[in-house]
Amino acid sequence: MTNPAATPSSRQKLHAVRVLRDRIFVTGFVLAVVIGILGLAALLFDVLIDGLPFLNWHFLTSYASRKPLDSGILAPLAGTVWIVVMTALFTVPIGVGTAIYLEEFASKSRFNRLIELNIANLAGVPSVIYGLLGLAVFVQFLFNGSRNLTAGALTMTLLVLPIVVIASQEAIKAVPSSYRDAAYAMGANRWQVVKAVVLPQALPGMMSGIILALSRAIGESAPILIISSLVWVTFVPASPDSKFTVLPLQIFTWISQPQHAFRGIAAAGIIVLLIVLLSMNGIAIWIRSRYQTRPEQ
Amino acid sequence: MSTTTETGISHELLARLSRRRRRQYAEQLIVTWLLRAAALITILTTVGIVIILVAQSVGFFAEVSVWDFLTGTEWAPLFSPQKFGVLSLVGGTLLVALIAGIVSLTLGLGAAIFLSEYAPERLRRILKPILEVLAGIPTVVYGYFALTFVTPILQSVFGYDRVIVFNALSAGLVMGLMIMPMVSTLSEDAMVAVPRSLRDAAYALGATRFEVSTKVVIPAALSGIVASFILAVSRAIGETMIVKIAAGATPNLTLNPLESVQAMTAYIVQVSLGETPQGSLEYKTIFAVGLLLFVMTLAMNIIGRWVISRFRQQYD
Repeated sequence: MTNPAATPSSRQKLHAVRVLRDRIFVTGFVLAVVIGILGLAALLFDVLIDGLPFLNWHFLTSYASRKPLDSGILAPLAGTVWIVVMTALFTVPIGVGTAIYLEEFASKSRFNRLIELNIANLAGVPSVIYGLLGLAVFVQFLFNGSRNLTAGALTMTLLVLPIVVIASQEAIKAVPSSYRDAAYAMGANRWQVVKAVVLPQALPGMMSGIILALSRAIGESAPILIISSLVWVTFVPASPDSKFTVLPLQIFTWISQPQHAFRGIAAAGIIVLLIVLLSMNGIAIWIRSRYQTRPEQ
Repeated sequence: MSTTTETGISHELLARLSRRRRRQYAEQLIVTWLLRAAALITILTTVGIVIILVAQSVGFFAEVSVWDFLTGTEWAPLFSPQKFGVLSLVGGTLLVALIAGIVSLTLGLGAAIFLSEYAPERLRRILKPILEVLAGIPTVVYGYFALTFVTPILQSVFGYDRVIVFNALSAGLVMGLMIMPMVSTLSEDAMVAVPRSLRDAAYALGATRFEVSTKVVIPAALSGIVASFILAVSRAIGETMIVKIAAGATPNLTLNPLESVQAMTAYIVQVSLGETPQGSLEYKTIFAVGLLLFVMTLAMNIIGRWVISRFRQQYD
């Protein structure tokens, strides 16, 4: 490393400084990653240490109680299952339908560009705003003040719809156009092409998007909190017009209790919530790796 | 075809084919309309949000002047005399979002540079999903973490008398951790998109990795980095559960992060939990605050996407 133009000593000193600066900053960059991972680890340990002692069969099969040690998670667990299933029933046809329309049927007109722009904006609307929408439109207008499961599921549907639409659009875009051309060449019309060629090919991609959207619906508490308000639900909802609570909302209720013992119960609830989410994400990843066949170009 | 229609069977076949064709055409027509209706729901959602927020806010602003609302610094809708200065809520929201923004930009950009410029591909493929787990954890869990883990640490560091149990710093730090993957993923995407040839040119001149990162890659990817930051802060402004659980319920226009504040979202939730009668002035406040929140986040999202499209470098 000699440069005849500069005196060797100053040249080497400058080089040493630059290398040192590189070393110092790479340490900083690594530290950023490490802090992120440590934060995640601290969060998980915090929850596990607080919650594991309370996690037992009694906790999973009992209703909420004024006494921390008697408290259980059955009602919110059932409420979450109701909300997820109903949200899926509403979201899948609407979300997938919107994506099919935008990708396969719509011309690139100004109106359709408006729909796409609108979906991008909806994805950024705070969840609490969806809660206000659901409160005014579903609870007060549609159900006359009844804070029921259907109102909650419809609100969640509007909240996760952009995620499903965008993921389904990506899945449809990934289907090679040669597949469509082949079907068209056989005389198929647009809907037949979608039904027989595009949908089967795009289904795995759509499925993982739908599952991710539903796990968002499971973890979201702000809109449900506005829709259902704070209720001690001590029953398993029996029908879509029943009152309800969900896991994150029950966890929030426990965190808000003044008695310190409820903290451990809240942490146990968080463990259950994280296990549900983890298994859903696992299924999404499995579907993606199992069915995602790269079409040969 | 017409030559083969002498026999009765072919006639029947032709009729059947044309009936089937008509049926397929009708089916496609119905499906097209159904799909169009599905797409319209997303438009109706936006229209619904705007109408609901504006209609309820109009009732609110009939009794409280817009000027008092937007410039007042005291928020006490449940006491008399009632005060509707939303700035103390906006201040709470922005203080937490500012802390979260600083944390997520520092950590997120650092992680993005490491993953994109330094880390070998195999390490990158392990680290990236781990960091993205952070974005998938429910916000109520972050709220719990802030209240039961971060706040006690802050109290033992800064002193129990100086740090209130519910404080802006704890909520902001934890929220920064939550939105960090958003900054790192979007920034890294922008940095990976910078062509190799630009880096190679700088390396050929003897630049170190750090110099290549800061003098070549970051300037070239700046629009993506700025946009990721704007979108992440917009997310922080709209976030509810962390601020509700950890930041407190005291409307407070302050720059001291160790104090209790109330964010706009936390106020909306607080009123929803109470027994506020529908149609009362207090009830309408949550829609007025919601409208302001909607406008703030919408503006930031539009700016964020505009930055991406306006300043995107096109490399061939």
